[in-house]
Amino acid sequence: MRARRWLPHPLLSLCLLLVWLLLVNDFSLGHWLLGALLGWLIPLLSQVFWITPPRIHKPLKLLPFFLRVLGDIVIANLQVAKLILGPSARLRPAFVEIPVLLEDELALSMLASIISLTPGTVSADLSEDRKTLLVHSLDVADAAALVHEIKTRYEAPLLEVFACSAT
Amino acid sequence: MNIWIEALVAVSLLLGSLFALVGAIGLYRLPDFFMRLHGPTKLTTLGVGGMVIASLIYFGSRGAGVSLHELLITLFLFITAPVSAHMLAKAALQQKVRLSEQTRGKPWEQ
Amino acid sequence: MLGYVIPLCLAIMGLALLLTLARLIKGPDLPDRILALDTLYVNAIALLVLFGIRLDSDLYFEAALLIAVMGFIGTVAVAKYLLRGDIIE
Repeated sequence: MRARRWLPHPLLSLCLLLVWLLLVNDFSLGHWLLGALLGWLIPLLSQVFWITPPRIHKPLKLLPFFLRVLGDIVIANLQVAKLILGPSARLRPAFVEIPVLLEDELALSMLASIISLTPGTVSADLSEDRKTLLVHSLDVADAAALVHEIKTRYEAPLLEVFACSAT
Repeated sequence: MNIWIEALVAVSLLLGSLFALVGAIGLYRLPDFFMRLHGPTKLTTLGVGGMVIASLIYFGSRGAGVSLHELLITLFLFITAPVSAHMLAKAALQQKVRLSEQTRGKPWEQ
Repeated sequence: MLGYVIPLCLAIMGLALLLTLARLIKGPDLPDRILALDTLYVNAIALLVLFGIRLDSDLYFEAALLIAVMGFIGTVAVAKYLLRGDIIE
């Protein structure tokens, strides 16, 4: 309990340290110390504003997931480039509603961002009860297949990592 | 400078700018707002991110030690692009912009 | 090799900026114009990075980073203004 109070967001502190080191572009001991100090003070002073930190159960699973997303981003970009340069009268744009099981705020925003960056889709809105995500897609052949792909390919790994009380 | 590194930088700069151009073409010619949203969020982000990485490789190979701060721009672009796209989409839904006739499915009422 | 590639890239980016500018003028709705502005600033980052490589100076990095941060804040602020009619609640 005491550790919580003195170091409210360990992950945020780590991120701040990393960003500081990249910003000054100098990896000497002094900047490590200064970055660590900033990473400790900023979350401490601003902790009233932060949402409750998510519980990450399997952090190691994030890495292969991010690599796969990175690969998907490149493939999706080639597809979208083909669609844009092709005849636009043949495109089949559609709004699709995707039911989501994730409850954690960070996990939900990660899912929405990944949807926006990957396969020809942009997440447009989240319903009031946070159960449905409205997605616009540039070219849909089969809406059910799209929903299935997003749920299995991106949501399932996130559910596993964040271990939400989805059951 | 090593010829291979120079070739790598040249190719990624060229590919990056072509992606950004295709993104701008998408912004220019697609028929409705939601379709236009796709080009800039995906293609331009990846294109510019690639060019920034190319600049990272270029300055890294100049012998002045590893310099990683360009990575910050790429990361920032990739984190912020979906967020601004989402905000714009929400704003457009509320403003009820005209949709192209091909669009199937309906957004719910705001 | 880079001496030839960078002017070519600058020309391509210039074309992209012109197309975006055309969309900015044409509209037709406000979200379209905000989207065009958003794309303009991302393309400006690319121009600055190219210019930095051409002049062999990494002074332009700070400018590019600042444009990235300010552009994002600007887009979100204007989108939020459209959404709520108010920026700070």
